[in-house]
Amino acid sequence: MKIHEYQAKALLKAEQVPVPLSHVAFTAAEAKQAAADLIAATGNQVVVVKSQIHAGGRGKGRFKEHPELGGVKVVKGADAAAEVAARMIGSTLVTIQTGPEGKVVKGLLIEQGMDIERELYLGATLDRATGRVTVMASTEGGMEIEEVAEHSPEKILRESVDPTVGLMPFQGRKITFGLGLDGAVAKNLHTFLASVVRAYDRLDCSLLEINPLIITKQGEVFALDAKATFDDNALYRHPDIAKLRDPDEEDAAELEAQKYDLSYVNLDGTIGCMVNGAGLAMATMDIIKYFGAEPANFLDVGGGATAEKVTAAFKIITRDPKLKGILVNIFGGIMKCDIIATGVMTAVREVGLQVPLVVRLEGTNVELGKKMLQESGLPITTGDSLRDAAKKIVELTQ
Amino acid sequence: MSVLVDKNTRLIVQGITGKTGMFHAEQSLAYGTQVVGGITPGKGGTTILGQVPVFDTVADAVAKTEANASVIFVPPPFAADAIMEAVDAGVPLVICITEGIPVADMIKVKRYIQGSRSRLIGPNCPGVITPKQCRIGIMPGYIHEPGRVGVVSRSGTLTYEAVHQLTTLGLGQTTAIGIGGDPVNGTNFVDCLELFNEDPATEGIIMIGEIGGSAEEDGAAFIKEHVRKPVVGFIAGKSAPPGKRMGHAGAIISGGKGTASAKLDALRDAGVKIADTPSDIGQTMARALA
Repeated sequence: MKIHEYQAKALLKAEQVPVPLSHVAFTAAEAKQAAADLIAATGNQVVVVKSQIHAGGRGKGRFKEHPELGGVKVVKGADAAAEVAARMIGSTLVTIQTGPEGKVVKGLLIEQGMDIERELYLGATLDRATGRVTVMASTEGGMEIEEVAEHSPEKILRESVDPTVGLMPFQGRKITFGLGLDGAVAKNLHTFLASVVRAYDRLDCSLLEINPLIITKQGEVFALDAKATFDDNALYRHPDIAKLRDPDEEDAAELEAQKYDLSYVNLDGTIGCMVNGAGLAMATMDIIKYFGAEPANFLDVGGGATAEKVTAAFKIITRDPKLKGILVNIFGGIMKCDIIATGVMTAVREVGLQVPLVVRLEGTNVELGKKMLQESGLPITTGDSLRDAAKKIVELTQ
Repeated sequence: MSVLVDKNTRLIVQGITGKTGMFHAEQSLAYGTQVVGGITPGKGGTTILGQVPVFDTVADAVAKTEANASVIFVPPPFAADAIMEAVDAGVPLVICITEGIPVADMIKVKRYIQGSRSRLIGPNCPGVITPKQCRIGIMPGYIHEPGRVGVVSRSGTLTYEAVHQLTTLGLGQTTAIGIGGDPVNGTNFVDCLELFNEDPATEGIIMIGEIGGSAEEDGAAFIKEHVRKPVVGFIAGKSAPPGKRMGHAGAIISGGKGTASAKLDALRDAGVKIADTPSDIGQTMARALA
């Protein structure tokens, strides 16, 4: 699960990670008040107005309605903040990560201006190869870490965290000295680093990225930006974090699918798929592409493909306006094919069918299941194998 | 011959009184597996499924039954503890079926298991089966037949697809191992490839991977170096977009890493025969063994 920058910074602050002073604003009036409060608190007229969307690349992004305006704007004074906020709120920001359709900005983070001496990168994530959390730091603050990894991998320092002892002080020293820091600044960064790694662990993050991390002219260390994603499997023990989910940032059909414990991902193609098992679901998408069409979605109904789940899945798939056909591929392991066939027929009768449907079943009572579908009077085509079924649905939709 | 499990395997079931645990314990018994005990804290001293004694702790179960394998059907919040309990009791083979265990818990499990005498399979996997001898997990037993091919896979139903084809073609399986779809797991492709490579009854190996991580690339490197038996590979997720988790917690392309094409390139480079579609896995193996 992803959250907004302002939410990530609030969580980090509670974990003793220093962040600049800031307030969230949802109207121009709130932005003006926030800026005035910051100016009063800091004596500095400079404030930064930052669009709050989940996608990255906001600074370089541009608003569709205001092509001259980027997603992050440095201004002087509360009136200027209010003026920029009025243009940003409700406008559509297009960045390299949003796709051409962009994202409507609903919230803004109004933040104090900082005296930046240096920008660094700091991130923590799972290293799957070792099964441990790895901490990454780089002098290339503000750049995408993937880009740094590709062009100058030697600039990324990594330390692997042993879960029994956590990040050890010597590892912190390797990073701070490796970044060329010393004295009070090195000490500040060391403390900062330890807090970030502790926060990653305590909050069950899957990614925690501070990019850039800044060192001020006074030698203090702050998280100027913060990106946090969380392990969905661990959200049950963080109800406060689960509440931070912003439904406007997520696909409506994907949220609906979650209610029925279905795993669904909306894609760009035209052939809807319903499959049991994640690997087989991906393989079904692949075989549609192999025969020259594109899948409209990934959908795993889970091991036990019950009639209720199949019906819910049908409703979600058929809601897609770009849909031209549906392929159902169920490998009935424990569950018998005639039961699955009944589930599919019930779903078709309840939801209705405007596009061709090919069903491929395999497992116990497969012949009975096929016969039931063929004699149902419903416009259902059956396939003998996954290859046969995929070929049929692609032909039927061309 | 076979790997990991056979007719001498003595299985205990952690979470045997739960709905899923009980159902699959019964299926395993019916398949001929020696299910020698179950564990549900607080229900020790009772019996279940007519003949299976229930114990409060794994240590107790192992002491009384001489079990050498455990299968875990415990809900996600308690699964890491259940795995560690089995490791602590010295169970040599621990198979965790549970889906949805927090990554942080698995990081601790992986560290805990280091240096122990236990091997963990899974989590989030269908289990391990040696046809007509021992079924551990949730796979449909009847699609399997004893035979010549070892199967190792990150996906459940996709494994059934491959197994079913092998059975239909008369090739059968020595053992089929599901290593699971989570980003942190116990046993990876390399370990299973090594087992199959050393098993004289296994004439060919099917390796089914998917997007995310680099376990397939590691497997490919091992094959290139050590394996002289025919290997057939399939990778799911060629059409998956980057940055989207495709069902399995571990099936995600992030930062340009873990793509299907990189995995396929590594496998081809190691001499692995690639099945273009999942429907071709069995035939590709039949040709390789001909």
